[in-house]
Amino acid sequence: MNTSAAAELDRWIRFTPAQRLARFAVFFGLVAVVAWALKTIEIIPEFLYDAPEQVVDMGRRMWPVDWAHFWPVVWPALVETMHIAAMATILGLIMGIPVGFLAAKNATPVWWLNAIARFILVATRSISTLIWALFFVAMFGPGPLSGALAIAFHSIGFIGKMFSEGVEEANRGSIEALQAVGASRMQLILMGYWPMVLPTFWSVALFRWDINVRESVVLGLVGAGGIGMALNAAIDLIQWDRVSLVLFTIFVVVILIETIVTQIRKRVI
Amino acid sequence: MSSPDTKLSIRHLVKEYVPGKPVLKDISLDIEGRGITAIIGPSGTGKSTLIRCINRLINPTSGEIMFEGRDLAKLSGTPLREARRRIGMVFQEYNLVERLTVMENVLSGRLGYVSAWTAWRRKFDDADIQKAFALLKRVGLADFANRRADELSGGQRQRVGIARAVMQSPGLLLADEPTSSLDPKTSVEIMEVMRDLAAENSIPVMINIHQVELGKRYAQRIIGMSGGLVVYDGAPDGLDADILKKIYGGQDWLAT
Amino acid sequence: MTNAGQVSRGDFFAPSIAKRFAYVGVLAYLAYAAATLGLSLERIQQGVGHGVRFLAGFFPPNFTQSDILPGLLESLQIAFLSSLIGTAIAIPIAVLAARNLMPPWVSWIARLVIIFCRSFHPVIVAIIAVKAVGFGALAGIIALTFASVGFVGKLLSEAIEEISLKQIEAIRATGASFMNVIAYGVVPQVMNRFIGFVAYETDSNLRNSTMVGVVGAGGIGGTLFSAFQRFDYDFVAGIIVCIIGLVMVGEVLQIYVKRVFR
Repeated sequence: MNTSAAAELDRWIRFTPAQRLARFAVFFGLVAVVAWALKTIEIIPEFLYDAPEQVVDMGRRMWPVDWAHFWPVVWPALVETMHIAAMATILGLIMGIPVGFLAAKNATPVWWLNAIARFILVATRSISTLIWALFFVAMFGPGPLSGALAIAFHSIGFIGKMFSEGVEEANRGSIEALQAVGASRMQLILMGYWPMVLPTFWSVALFRWDINVRESVVLGLVGAGGIGMALNAAIDLIQWDRVSLVLFTIFVVVILIETIVTQIRKRVI
Repeated sequence: MSSPDTKLSIRHLVKEYVPGKPVLKDISLDIEGRGITAIIGPSGTGKSTLIRCINRLINPTSGEIMFEGRDLAKLSGTPLREARRRIGMVFQEYNLVERLTVMENVLSGRLGYVSAWTAWRRKFDDADIQKAFALLKRVGLADFANRRADELSGGQRQRVGIARAVMQSPGLLLADEPTSSLDPKTSVEIMEVMRDLAAENSIPVMINIHQVELGKRYAQRIIGMSGGLVVYDGAPDGLDADILKKIYGGQDWLAT
Repeated sequence: MTNAGQVSRGDFFAPSIAKRFAYVGVLAYLAYAAATLGLSLERIQQGVGHGVRFLAGFFPPNFTQSDILPGLLESLQIAFLSSLIGTAIAIPIAVLAARNLMPPWVSWIARLVIIFCRSFHPVIVAIIAVKAVGFGALAGIIALTFASVGFVGKLLSEAIEEISLKQIEAIRATGASFMNVIAYGVVPQVMNRFIGFVAYETDSNLRNSTMVGVVGAGGIGGTLFSAFQRFDYDFVAGIIVCIIGLVMVGEVLQIYVKRVFR
């Protein structure tokens, strides 16, 4: 026993052969993909060498910031952005939560409903805000309504996913207790699952609101309202001192909102 | 003056976390090159601070700590790291890297000797790996080499902790209450493992210990601390009720 | 049924007065915000009418045009390269930003960098990048790299701040150098979560890489945008189906990679 152990002690292998193979496969795959990407991607070297100069030039034109532009143009656009983000969050919750319940295997024990719900979650998330915005601008015309709808639809995936995970982690015991007294499926959801995922609801709502403010900044680029309109206009007119004003405003607002969200989370949730 | 056999020589060591409120008040000690020295004393009296000042996990406020010809209190950067690798340490809560395997934890005792690149690829010397296996076998964990540290019991983890410390080939072994998180039976086993490994590798041991009986049983020398001062320094036999009263205060607890 | 649920909840969790005020405030604000959006019945009817025509135009999706594949591949390239470069930049910044490893002034500077990168939507950065380096994939890579540094940097630095310092102490006590402390004390403790972050980041870059093309920063987004502008809706549908497929494949791959490194 001792001698055989001693012979085996000669080498130390950190991973089993299967683990090593899997790791090697992943690393190899990564290297191959990166090599392929680097080799075939179209980058014009002159642009790359030129970049630092261009950035410095841009920075110079951004200064001094055109503060006078803030109250007449940037402020109203900012307020519109905030409205869009708030409406989109509410709409997103209204649409996302039911899908989330449908995607949760314990709340909806019907496999094809789960599958459809899961597809909706992935699909809405895969289509980015800007593409949703293109849709809704085509449907409802330019303006904040299209923007709010775009962000609401894009957030269905995130909200629904978080919710279905929250629901699936819910305590089985209290659900069974409700089933035992003969609660209907709707009652189960409203009285059993909903109170249990209420904390999830608040944290998802806050978290998504924070994200939605950031997202709604870009809507203006395709005409769907908000501060992005001001940015787009300034860029189109090559008014770099106004571009820097808008960027600065975005920066401050985003940090402010993140601070608010963190504080609320710390104190309430 | 320290004798030629002295391994570690502490002179006038003071540590203040808050200026004006010293936790260690002028400690002077010599540790000889063999055997176990146990430090006893009530909680909060600076035993742990003393141990941690020696390998500079805590920086002393003033004083001198001579070890292998260098004053540890004044070292920093690479010389400090070189000094640290000659001092093994065993912790109360084992402090194993939980997500690494037992073997990786034992080998981490060699980290003071290898470059980051070698360490990252786990390309330790064959001799180190053999030594690590021998140590694991010695502490009775030969079959656990590829287990993750967080799968082990407390006693097993502390064995790994001891193996890691001895893996450093230290000239001094520090132990900060190595048995305080363990049950009485396991505590004895751990003390025995530590005593035997230290003797086999001729490493002097300095150990903080809560259980006075364990200290008396395994140490050749007892240092009693109270209020940041050394109040007793001598053989375990000399530790009578009066002295214990002086160290811990009160006497009701001595009745049993 | 709904009523029954609400009444019982109200009885058990009666909100405080302050909370009620907060609810009313939020509701009032939402009503006001809804009013500013310019919602009217007529507009909705019109919009839904447009929408129906629109959806009809989607079918059958058209996959035959030759510029789908190159566009998708370019999006993939942008996503991979920006995730890789972004993560490579984010790791040292995250270590510098961790308040338990670094002196305050270092972590503050690093945290500022992270906050800066996180504040701007990738598309905004893409617009600026297009102005700086011209149209094409490079601008997209720069934009998404920026976002990745912010995202991975933030989450990784938070993960590092939550690690157990006892394990670090033990590694430091062996005389390990700073890099070895990182390799044996920090990395094992954050590796799992780190892989999760990177996987999520790659996934999100993949989705965003289909968007930056709208502002000319390369990838399928440009193709999609021009298809939109010439009302080529069956082609739009084809592209969107491909994007969804790509993202789904990405999610499956992500699960596999996470399993390998667990």
